Amino acid sequence: MAHAYTPGLKVLHYTKLKKNRRLPIKGEVSKGKGDKVNADDVIAKTDLPGNVNMLKVANLLNISPADIHDVLEVKEGDTVNKGDMIAQTDGLFGFFKSDVRSPISGTIESISDVTGQIVMREAPIPVEVDAYVEGIVSDVIKDEGVTIESEAAYIQGIFGIGGESRGDLHVVVNNRDEEITKDSINSSHAGKIIVGGSFISLDAYKKAIELKVRGVVVGGFNYFDLEDILGYTLGVAITGTEDLVTSLIVTEGYGNIKMSERTFNLLKKHDGKFVSVNGATQIRAGVIRPEIVIPLDADQIPDNKKDDRENLGIQEGSLVRVIRAPYFGKIGEVTDLPSELQKMESETMVRVATVKINSESFTIPRSNLEMLETD
Amino acid sequence: MTLKTILATDCGSTTTKAILIEYLNGEYRLTQRGEAPTTVEAPFEDVTRGVLNAVMEIEELSGRTIIEDDQVISPSNGTTGVDIYISTSSAGGGLQMMVAGVVKTMSGESAERAALGAGSIVMDIIASNDGRLPHEKIKRIRDLRPDMILLSGGIDGGTVSHVVELAEILAAANPQPRLGQEYKLPVIYAGNNKAQDQIRETLGDMVDLDIVDNIRPVLEKENLEPSRDKIHDLFMEHVMQQAPGYKKLMSWTDAPIMPTPGAVGSLIEMIAEKEDITVVGVDIGGATTDIFSVFQGKFNRTVSANLGMSYSICNVLAESGLDNVLRWVPFDIDRKELTNRIGNKMIRPTTVPQSLEELFIEQSIAREALRLSFKQHKEFAVGLKGIQKERTISDAFEQSTSGESLVNMMDLDLLVGSGGVLSHAPRREQSAKMLIDSFMPEGVTQLAVDSIFMMPQLGVLAHVDKEEFKDESRKAALEVFHKDCLIRLGTCINPVGRSKPGDIVLNAELTMPDGRILEQELIKDKIVRIEVPYEPVKAILRPGKNMDIGAGPGQEIATDIYGGTVGLIFDGRDRPISIPSDPLKRLEALRSWSSALNEYPE
Repeated sequence: MAHAYTPGLKVLHYTKLKKNRRLPIKGEVSKGKGDKVNADDVIAKTDLPGNVNMLKVANLLNISPADIHDVLEVKEGDTVNKGDMIAQTDGLFGFFKSDVRSPISGTIESISDVTGQIVMREAPIPVEVDAYVEGIVSDVIKDEGVTIESEAAYIQGIFGIGGESRGDLHVVVNNRDEEITKDSINSSHAGKIIVGGSFISLDAYKKAIELKVRGVVVGGFNYFDLEDILGYTLGVAITGTEDLVTSLIVTEGYGNIKMSERTFNLLKKHDGKFVSVNGATQIRAGVIRPEIVIPLDADQIPDNKKDDRENLGIQEGSLVRVIRAPYFGKIGEVTDLPSELQKMESETMVRVATVKINSESFTIPRSNLEMLETD
Repeated sequence: MTLKTILATDCGSTTTKAILIEYLNGEYRLTQRGEAPTTVEAPFEDVTRGVLNAVMEIEELSGRTIIEDDQVISPSNGTTGVDIYISTSSAGGGLQMMVAGVVKTMSGESAERAALGAGSIVMDIIASNDGRLPHEKIKRIRDLRPDMILLSGGIDGGTVSHVVELAEILAAANPQPRLGQEYKLPVIYAGNNKAQDQIRETLGDMVDLDIVDNIRPVLEKENLEPSRDKIHDLFMEHVMQQAPGYKKLMSWTDAPIMPTPGAVGSLIEMIAEKEDITVVGVDIGGATTDIFSVFQGKFNRTVSANLGMSYSICNVLAESGLDNVLRWVPFDIDRKELTNRIGNKMIRPTTVPQSLEELFIEQSIAREALRLSFKQHKEFAVGLKGIQKERTISDAFEQSTSGESLVNMMDLDLLVGSGGVLSHAPRREQSAKMLIDSFMPEGVTQLAVDSIFMMPQLGVLAHVDKEEFKDESRKAALEVFHKDCLIRLGTCINPVGRSKPGDIVLNAELTMPDGRILEQELIKDKIVRIEVPYEPVKAILRPGKNMDIGAGPGQEIATDIYGGTVGLIFDGRDRPISIPSDPLKRLEALRSWSSALNEYPE
């Protein structure tokens, strides 16, 4: 039977997830192999070198850089406090002395008699890395971090904003084509990850932020509303570092699009569970999609511990979603995968699939289809 | 030595493309091509896997055995293998550099030119006068994690302290390379020679320091070659060594692996030099648009990092503004609906336009991406700044300053387009029209597209250094470039000047290849197309009053012009092209221009 590879997003009832949690530079790892961790547990910490301050001593004292050592009252490696004397000229007969005082508390890192400036470094900045997901430490990366293995249900979105977050999952709609409105959000959702159906309006999302909802998972969002939230037009889909109270995970795309049945049902099944989410998205080579990780209790782990069926690509009989106009968002069944290239209305020659949507047949480029997995 | 078979690959960030060139019946021709996904990332993490897959496709198509024991056979032993194997690469994000100079518009710009010319992406320019505080610069250097840094500043024998100050900032940042934690970051110093000792002292232990000749030895001269060569060497020695599988790939190739844009640039430079013409080349991709130009013998390259047709399509929208995109769309569409559609293309970058409406939108965005990239290129491709020019009394009335753009559209001989939206447009007329609308060539300009984007492979082929292959590989690159790579679209003829609606802006007398003589009149704001294949047409072009076709206002020219798959395109529109603001008139103008070229199906 003919089949075609098409990228699909993961919507898995069970998977053994591995997460690398690493420090930006080397430091101290506080968990060992086999340790059980919760999402909030700190697994490693370190100190980032403090900010650097450059002090133009020669300029400030109006002396030649080469003479800097004659006026300095500190040497490399010294610790100074804000306001401490750094350098002082002799003045005239002991009068009219000029001096330079330290603008920060820190250490003297280097002194240059070429440029006449000294480099000072502020106190180190402590950094901690938490576990992000509940699980078992399966590996320790010496001085850098750990790998956490978690048995979980796992869902990828198509696009998100905001970084890592966590909270109890709460489905606020009755079905997958219902929108999250302003009225469906209330103060009881603070600290939670709320799930909606097809769409969230800008007003409703703003209310979620205001009420300190920790995350929103929804089918669609308007592209042009992002500007209002982010303060700039999102030109390239590289996100995750935005400072947002409420991470947003869009599962289907821009516009009003009902959430896929499989995604909605899986989220509904775990309504009330404590989950970890991350809105970080990078659409480049080595794509990163936003995610929802739902750690499973022992009794929820299937006996047959096999990951859900891998995406084998589109075949005759596959359930697919169209991901580009003119049939964007429609769901249908593949009835044929002709091998010859076909001419579209745009005159583009492409490989196509015949898709039955509501008992009518359409010819659609294969690259405009996305596989929908069913159980 | 005649090369019978040449294999060349280009490892792109998503696809690895292989071409086979063979010497048949006394000429070099492209015979096969194959492609496969690039395998730099997990689960393969070995670039050679993708190379072998792409080459296997060529093996299947050509019936020639090229691979043995998972390795390319080179040199050939008669019926198997190839005489020479070469490759370019932009996988893993290509070469990412940061440059530093004392004065941003002087040494900073020269350093940027050297880095771009070598095929790198310039992540940032740190300069003493860039308006940032030292700690902000330090944070930036730390956050960006470049593959390499080029430090310049000061003329030879000039002030030392400024450039040493920059080195101190670098030292304080203690930058770490992007790939691999175990090696030191390569830093090239190409500044004031008097400061070399202090630079060594400041940076020596911390980084892998290389010192080359000053990029700006005197104010009036730019000396980019030593820095560019050093960047290429270090790219091979350090960056490539860290990328998965490259050590193996390097051991297979008969010439150093070049960064993809560096190879394209060197090919364009070579063509311009060999044929003594001015050239603009563009490669519009999913994430970036590269523009190369040679004017007045000077080569320039720019990368518009976030102007592309898929990953960064929304940024084109953000930078050009929705109205600028919409002015090219020949139907009405709800603005919110349009932005959602474009957003969806960004998050699902592999989709293709099925409906004509979608194609219109995509090609409208492409026009803006190209226009903006070319604008950036014109601003960058300038003469050296900071130079005192000798002025005569007649110059005193002109407001000319140093640092003027080298790009002069009236001088442009050849415009070459490549990248999916240009190379794979359903009709060649669409590629020609997109190039004209966005680059707005003036006078007489030939248009072409790269058929399958093989300029990178030909670029590296043209620069094989091995003595025994050198001349032949250069010859092969040029022959294949003309015969198989370039698709000649035709020539755009545009008179420039002030005219009124209804004016005749040009009269042309054309002696066609079959001997027929044709008179053609061009009216302001009209487009006329004459279908002629790629053969010379003797043309006498008589511009209207005040109009210039290359020899000055009202001056006629007699020249040979060439047709192509589209033919001769007489473009009577203003420069810049003015599109009526009245919605109905706009639609009428767009439709009339399109139908003159038979651009879209009726």
